[in-house]
Amino acid sequence: MTALAPETDHRVIGQPLRRREDPALLTGEARFLADLQVPGTLHLALVRSPYAHARIRSIDLAPALQTPGVVAAFTGADLRGEWAGPLPCGWPVTPDMKQPAHLPLAAEVAHFAGDAVAVVVAESEYAAHDGAEAVVVDWEPLPAVVDLEDAAKDQTLVHPDLGTNVCYTWQLEPDAAAVDRAFAEAAHTVSARFRQQRLIPSPMEPRGVLVVPQPFGGDFTVYSATQVPHILRVMLALTVGVPETSLRVVAPSVGGGFGSKLNVYAEEALALALARRLRRPVRWVEERSEHAVSTIQGRGQIQEIELAATAKGKVTAVRVRLLADMGAYLQLVTPGIPLLGAFLYAGVYDVPAYSFSCTALFTTLPPTDAYRGAGRPEATYAIERAMDLLAKKVGVGPEEIRRRNYIPADKFPYSSVAGLVYDSGDYAAALERCLERAGYAELRAEQARRRERGDRRQLGIGLSSYFEMCGLAPSRVLASLNYTAGGWEAATVRVLPTGKVQVVTGTAPHGQGHETCWAMIAADRLGVAPEDVEVLHSDTAVAPYGLDTYGSRSLAVGGSAIAVACDRVIEKARRIAAHQLEAAEEDVELVAGSFRVRGTPERQMPLAQVAFEAFTAHNLPEGLEPNLEASSHYDPTNFTFPFGTHLCVVELDTETGKVELVRYVAVDDCGVQVNPMIVEGQVHGGIVQGAAQALFEEASYDQDGTLRSASLLDYLVPSAAEVPSIETDHTVTPSPVNPLGVKGVGEAGTIGAAPAVMNAVLDALAPYGVEDLPMPATPERVWRAIHAGAAGSASAQGGSPA
Amino acid sequence: MQVSLRVNGEERRHDVEPRLLLVHYLRDVCGLTGTNIGCDTSSCGACTVLVDGESVKSCTMLAVQADGREVTTIEGLADGERLHPVQEAFREHHGLQCGYCTPGMVMAAVSLLNEHPHPTEAEVREGLEGNLCRCTGYHNIVKAVLAAAEAGASQPVGAAR
Ligand code: FES
Ligand code: FES
Repeated sequence: MTALAPETDHRVIGQPLRRREDPALLTGEARFLADLQVPGTLHLALVRSPYAHARIRSIDLAPALQTPGVVAAFTGADLRGEWAGPLPCGWPVTPDMKQPAHLPLAAEVAHFAGDAVAVVVAESEYAAHDGAEAVVVDWEPLPAVVDLEDAAKDQTLVHPDLGTNVCYTWQLEPDAAAVDRAFAEAAHTVSARFRQQRLIPSPMEPRGVLVVPQPFGGDFTVYSATQVPHILRVMLALTVGVPETSLRVVAPSVGGGFGSKLNVYAEEALALALARRLRRPVRWVEERSEHAVSTIQGRGQIQEIELAATAKGKVTAVRVRLLADMGAYLQLVTPGIPLLGAFLYAGVYDVPAYSFSCTALFTTLPPTDAYRGAGRPEATYAIERAMDLLAKKVGVGPEEIRRRNYIPADKFPYSSVAGLVYDSGDYAAALERCLERAGYAELRAEQARRRERGDRRQLGIGLSSYFEMCGLAPSRVLASLNYTAGGWEAATVRVLPTGKVQVVTGTAPHGQGHETCWAMIAADRLGVAPEDVEVLHSDTAVAPYGLDTYGSRSLAVGGSAIAVACDRVIEKARRIAAHQLEAAEEDVELVAGSFRVRGTPERQMPLAQVAFEAFTAHNLPEGLEPNLEASSHYDPTNFTFPFGTHLCVVELDTETGKVELVRYVAVDDCGVQVNPMIVEGQVHGGIVQGAAQALFEEASYDQDGTLRSASLLDYLVPSAAEVPSIETDHTVTPSPVNPLGVKGVGEAGTIGAAPAVMNAVLDALAPYGVEDLPMPATPERVWRAIHAGAAGSASAQGGSPA
Repeated sequence: MQVSLRVNGEERRHDVEPRLLLVHYLRDVCGLTGTNIGCDTSSCGACTVLVDGESVKSCTMLAVQADGREVTTIEGLADGERLHPVQEAFREHHGLQCGYCTPGMVMAAVSLLNEHPHPTEAEVREGLEGNLCRCTGYHNIVKAVLAAAEAGASQPVGAAR
């Protein structure tokens, strides 16, 4: 990698600096939640429902209490008095949204397989698990509600007291008549129905929590493998009834999250309540097979999308109807996930008429919630698949249909029909670059050759042009969507007496490299070396304000907060420097870490010296307080909209149905890149996660609501052997909405990949007359489709590629 | 039961329960928490260590089975402050994000390079098949391992030293 910026060049932003996080992680020194040991700790194990829906007739804890090492055991009824409120849902999207009661332990009815109904506390993890296995629950199984369309019929109710399985309906239809008109006048229409299977997030580190009570004073330190220590602190205070001032939340090294650790979970509340009750440290660490049944899941939607278009394929309207699976309860932002996609179903296209509606439904499955992309991959998948279908109807290639519909670069900032303002973009440029990098014409030629000779291994080429709404979020916009919190982020920047810089951030990294990047931002702004900047985070005692890390928000919002706080520090330092250099403030400028008097560069004061003067406070301008410190609570003015085009090449074995990813070319634009090495890493990981939805992963349930893929043996998280190297490139269209010009990149790969891969699979299958295939495109599904398609529509496409 | 083995070059002797897994022995008895646990079905590889120089998922082995053998964990790889070439290559090529899979991945890579000092990309991908990473998409891991091979990282570790 490039070495540090030379002394003469203080631009740190844009350098692929190696990560300061790495040495501890590479040597085993880093401490993850499960590595923390506190003497006297008690361990929790949960008793979970094996049924998707069942009434608890009785629970016998006695056998557990007789298990050696077990110190206590509780049912939901036993702990009812511990709760000051339910487990939180922070996004009641409509005033009449139905919200079921949700306490950490179900007391009467379990509503999904995995719903916890009792907890066993023991001196060791082994004893806790033995105890939990000994608990005897007398169950009365009730009918499960697994299928979304069944749920909508309201024949079996998940929560009879709510009177319906409909959680809410939500609509966005600025001009219904315009949509009707567009469909009435359309030369071509496309109508498709897609299923977004449920996904198990599967960060490599499972969840976990350790609560350490202070013996006097009633304080608690909560260590949690969480993405959201700040949100967790507020919510635990409300749920468990511990004053916020008595709670310190620390996220140690966190081993990935992807949305699954953006939540407030039953186990966290239980650990806190039991630490309070038993006055001992309490710990719970999730097992992998437990993760599959006790952690939120992603996606879970049925999408109906319709396009109206002119004869030339110009899209004139998009109409979308969603059924969204909430699962059995509403977790932190469960109901809001479909809304994060609601505005994006017209994709990167200039579409004049738009209609979106969503019906959210309860089922007897684990709650859904944010999973990498959260609503946006779903939207992108639907429109990008539909665009390929439209291309076929119009008789042009997938690249051409996109060219005809992109929002032109000169229309930015662009007011979308759905009511958003897209900050900046050049969608066509990303496409052309991607096609060129991939050698598109040659790929098509190779595909044609293989089709002609009836090659067993057919080639499929898939495109997707994605964008996403990042930088969550302007607080007022969140208010209009009924989100109960704001979307700002906090930062404090201090120049310490020795000139070293301390950055305190409200973001909570778990793999993104914030320590490295935030130091780069401050170094770049202040003109100091990045290694002279320390970054403090993920501990509410150190960083009391913050709204944490999710939704690709940390750089655009948290990074901007740091930039603003740095600018405030510089302003104060400039006043001190001007005072001591006896110059007018407006004549003093910061150049390469030193304040200089314009025109007389020999009169200068390094920032470190100003910091020391600010610390001694011996000679400050009249009325100026000591020390160099400033904070920002930065509330963005708009979302940011990263974008790009991805191209995927698959080889499809027509005899086995196996799909192999052979090439993947991604051109992404996330605005200004702070550290391109980290940007690329995010893109790589995101793409593999998106491709995994297309080809491998599915939380699949039988009709009784039992999970068939609970372990990593059945739930196929891809290994290195299943994916290719990824060819990345980028364009840079700075965002005008924040001081850094950045957009965010954490979810881009995932959003672009699933449609690119599925479009490639379907492109390979086109000669067989196959137009759709459910995700994941397993060998069995592909093989069946070839055989059904070949028989069903042989005439349309000439039957077989031969 | 008595076990006596060498862990990262140090003699260890303990009385352990026969059912104790090597991974729990290393983490809970030796206090070497660098070796992570990511699953309960021997699928993820987060717990990979070297036993007599060969990579082993330490959740698939009992502590007593390691009796008399030489175990190397991630803590034993660097030479003081100097990272092992594979660790160095992971850092140089951004082969880690959250770092949870990393100790196991690095140990698997060390073992792979001991067996195939000059692997092809396909051999690296096949060779690391038992180690899952959810963050990196493997691209930079593969790059790092190939770079480490190029730099001649295949010096035996944890065998007779
Ligand atoms: S912990 Fe997953 S393989 Fe050992
Ligand atoms: S770096 Fe996070 S799992 Fe590999």
